[in-house]
Amino acid sequence: MEKKITSNDFFWTFIRSNFLQASWNMERMQALGYCFGMVPILRRLYTGEELKQAIKRHLEFYNTQPFVTAPIIGITAALEEKKANGADIPDGVINGIKVGMMGPLAGVGDPIFWGTLRPITAALGASFALSGSILGPILFFVLFNAVRLWVRWYGIKYGYSKGTDIVQDVAGNKLQKLTEGASILGLFVMGALVNKWTSVNIPVVVSSITNAKGEVVVTTVQSILDQLMPGLVPLLMTFACMALLKRKVNAIWIIFGLFALGIICFALGIMNVK
Amino acid sequence: MELSTIQVLLIFIFGTIAGMGSCLDELQTHRPLIACTVTGLILGDMTTGIIIGGTLELMALGWMNIGAAIAPDAALASVVSTILVIAGHQDVATGIGIAMPLAAAGQVLAIFCKTISVVFQHRADHYAEKGSLRGIDFCHYGALILQGLRVGIPAVIVAASVGTGAVQAMLDAIPPVITGGLQVAGGFIVVVGYAMVINMMGAKYLMPFFFLGFVVAAFTTFNLVALGVIGLVLAIVYLQLNPKYAQVAAAPAAAAAPSDADDDLDDELD
Repeated sequence: MEKKITSNDFFWTFIRSNFLQASWNMERMQALGYCFGMVPILRRLYTGEELKQAIKRHLEFYNTQPFVTAPIIGITAALEEKKANGADIPDGVINGIKVGMMGPLAGVGDPIFWGTLRPITAALGASFALSGSILGPILFFVLFNAVRLWVRWYGIKYGYSKGTDIVQDVAGNKLQKLTEGASILGLFVMGALVNKWTSVNIPVVVSSITNAKGEVVVTTVQSILDQLMPGLVPLLMTFACMALLKRKVNAIWIIFGLFALGIICFALGIMNVK
Repeated sequence: MELSTIQVLLIFIFGTIAGMGSCLDELQTHRPLIACTVTGLILGDMTTGIIIGGTLELMALGWMNIGAAIAPDAALASVVSTILVIAGHQDVATGIGIAMPLAAAGQVLAIFCKTISVVFQHRADHYAEKGSLRGIDFCHYGALILQGLRVGIPAVIVAASVGTGAVQAMLDAIPPVITGGLQVAGGFIVVVGYAMVINMMGAKYLMPFFFLGFVVAAFTTFNLVALGVIGLVLAIVYLQLNPKYAQVAAAPAAAAAPSDADDDLDDELD
């Protein structure tokens, strides 16, 4: 009798795939999590010695952006199904596809999900949250998870139905287009945030003159800077941080450094809150 | 403010969920927007929780687990700093200041737990030899519980001790020059998060879009939705016009278009 993965198995694999990173470890990273996701499929297809081999196969090193694991699960499910029905697919092929796809897919998944989707939905949520509105957290939670769950569910289905054809999709320019478009949107919004959601005030007085009407006009460093370009100081700070991060300085140390800068400048009266 | 037993228990449960979320990185329960809001809800002041969450979220925008790198821990930072602000009567800026060392401590704890998880990975190899799928599940859940307790236990310790005089005295002893400085730093500390996001894109040739966003935001009062739409339109137009993606089939149609335009123009001139 031919062995076939049921839609119920796919449903449970989908649910389990949400726990991919629970056992993320320094040795094989998402390996155990991947195997955990494959459990309903392996249970359907194999017994005895074959099952042991299949479990071992999926405990090999594996790591990628978690959401894009979905199409890889779909493909390996299709291959495992063929293998269980007698097709001659060596273990190395299944692992080769996993390892071969996790790199390129992480290259797409990281900028799209971590670089664009999360910062933008989070910034949108934060813009409401800063005034204490419950809409902020709700908006972030719903928007982000709707996209995430959609990718997870259709990714598995897509990988399973297209099988190894998907390898061509990954190499083709469709995904490159998506990544590039997401990067443009992400960078544009980041530029806006650097300007809008930072505040620096340097109240150091440059000149204080009494004009013809008898009003005192105070010119501070900040008012000169604002005439030049509002948000110039945060922009320069962003570039400094980018340069430090590129030199592999830990982000937490940079944050502590900026706190120290804030405290020193406040103590000396160079900066204050507007 | 002393917390009731129910509140301490709820803090433990949610701390554990946030800790798991921090490792899973799926539902985003560990992100400040969610974690601070829920913690605020438990402590009876959700609005303050939301505000801390929004502020901290901007700072943590670039904290992401990429490849083998482990991010500063937003879960521990969010839950504990919210407790200290609401139950310890601190202002939001001080809470944010305290959140940073907590994020660093959480990061170290996360690395520690992810090293211990190697044990579960090896245990799973043992179950593979036996062909036990149940054993695989067991190992996986074990590591998940470890990750949950990593945040749940420190959170419950803080929650239980925040009402005591010693902790309150310690928090109140923070000199005003520090709290003022933290407030000043709070205005620009978010740039670290922005810098992390920009760096991870790794697309230097797309930086003009960053500068465009900066200038548009500087001289308009557009909100984030409007800016997002502009960004999206720019991305679509860029992809449509980029010769890299141009389709051969479109060429003849494009060649025909200018002559039509000329005719229209001529007609109008006549």
